[in-house]
Amino acid sequence: MLEPSIGLIFWTTLCFLILMFLLKKYAWKPVMGAIESREDSIREALASAEKAREDIANIAADNERVLAEARAERDNMLKDARSMKDAIVAEASAIAQKEADKIVENARQAVELEKQAALTEMKNTIAKLSLDIAETILRRELQDEKKQEAHVSELMQEINLN
Amino acid sequence: MKTFYRTLVLFLMMFSLTANASASDNGSSEEKELDIVSTILHHISDAHEFHLWGEGDESVSIPLPVILFTDGSLDVFMSSAFHHGHSTVKKGDYEFALKPNENGHLHIVELSGAHPWDFSITKNVFTLLMSCVFLLLIFIPSAKKYKKNGPVPSGLQSFVEPLILFVRDEIAKPNIEEKKVSKFMPYLLSVFFFIWISNMIGLIPFFPFSANLTGNIAVTIVLAMITFIITTINGNKAYWGHIFNMPGVPKVMLLIMVPVEVLGMFTKPFALMIRLFANITAGHIIILSLVSLFFVFQTYLVAPVVVPFVLFMSVLELLVAFLQAFVFTMLSALFIGSAVADHH
Repeated sequence: MLEPSIGLIFWTTLCFLILMFLLKKYAWKPVMGAIESREDSIREALASAEKAREDIANIAADNERVLAEARAERDNMLKDARSMKDAIVAEASAIAQKEADKIVENARQAVELEKQAALTEMKNTIAKLSLDIAETILRRELQDEKKQEAHVSELMQEINLN
Repeated sequence: MKTFYRTLVLFLMMFSLTANASASDNGSSEEKELDIVSTILHHISDAHEFHLWGEGDESVSIPLPVILFTDGSLDVFMSSAFHHGHSTVKKGDYEFALKPNENGHLHIVELSGAHPWDFSITKNVFTLLMSCVFLLLIFIPSAKKYKKNGPVPSGLQSFVEPLILFVRDEIAKPNIEEKKVSKFMPYLLSVFFFIWISNMIGLIPFFPFSANLTGNIAVTIVLAMITFIITTINGNKAYWGHIFNMPGVPKVMLLIMVPVEVLGMFTKPFALMIRLFANITAGHIIILSLVSLFFVFQTYLVAPVVVPFVLFMSVLELLVAFLQAFVFTMLSALFIGSAVADHH
């Protein structure tokens, strides 16, 4: 039994080589090819999934960034609006103040003018009244035309000096 | 040689059940044991017929074709023509007879002294063909399914695919450089599944199975030889350099190293050959020995002991069937891998 028989050696060699050839051609090659291509496709799918995950992470980061930018912009706009409002209010109040001052000034000037006019009129009226009074008094007192005139011009002089 | 086997069988029987040793040693039981030894040897050896049942002349067996080359002439006839060795077969000038050799093994001789080359379809050749057919029937349809169904395995495919991946990922890839793996995959896959299927066919205890194919040295010699040839023709500069000019070794030492390394080239496949042969043959001998206990004690009362033992051994042999296929393929991959590795 430890002596190998030539027949079995022959048949084993022949059969095994044919078997290996047939299996290589019709079994191992297609199977290994299919397995390898599937492994490749799995590898690719995993890689693309990984890439998609990264993309999503990037998009999320982008969103975050855009959101932050929008928030900052909104804050800026609010700040601008607030400062603009302040400026407008300040300007408006300044203008109003000026206008009010102007109105007050105008009013004061008008009052002053009125006062001046009233004073002038009052002077005139007083002067006229005084003249009338003086005339009346003088007419009674000064019958004489000459005396009269002398006295009037003296009086007038006195009034003008006032 | 027969003494060696008788000792081995007896040892295994004693190992299995020490009760055997306490049997009284008179002449008849000695003869019985002799019968058992030759029966077991008969079962694990090759034969020109497939023995089914019965003893001697009343035995029922399926005849197998005998193919003989005698000095350039081809003779083909069925082994039943020998009538269990009682008749000779005359073909032309030659007269063939089935004679036991000095080991008791039946083989074909030519009576006038010519030397016939025996290329018969023996029990083992028959099993070999059957094993090949099984392999083709399992793997070619599975491979076709990949074309038909796409890459998602189903049915038989999902059974064989993990095994194929196992050979590639656990046997080939750890031992052979990644880019060279695919070159040797067809051999490794073929040898792995051939050994495994053949081992399992040998474990099924009835016709048309049960032949001790991978426990036959002629089969293991061929498989080991193929590994040796692949290793040798693919051996690169580093491999041969390692054998004939071991780097870092003083030149004087090479006088010793070179013969050792050259011897190593041959001992590796030799070990492959012996390992597979011995493991499978031992498994068959153990199971047959356990079953033989019925005939040693000539009673069914040993069944409660023998049946669980046979069952246990059969299950263990199923593991061994896989393990030996794995070991053979693994070591082949290792040898090939070390021969094609770019650097050590």
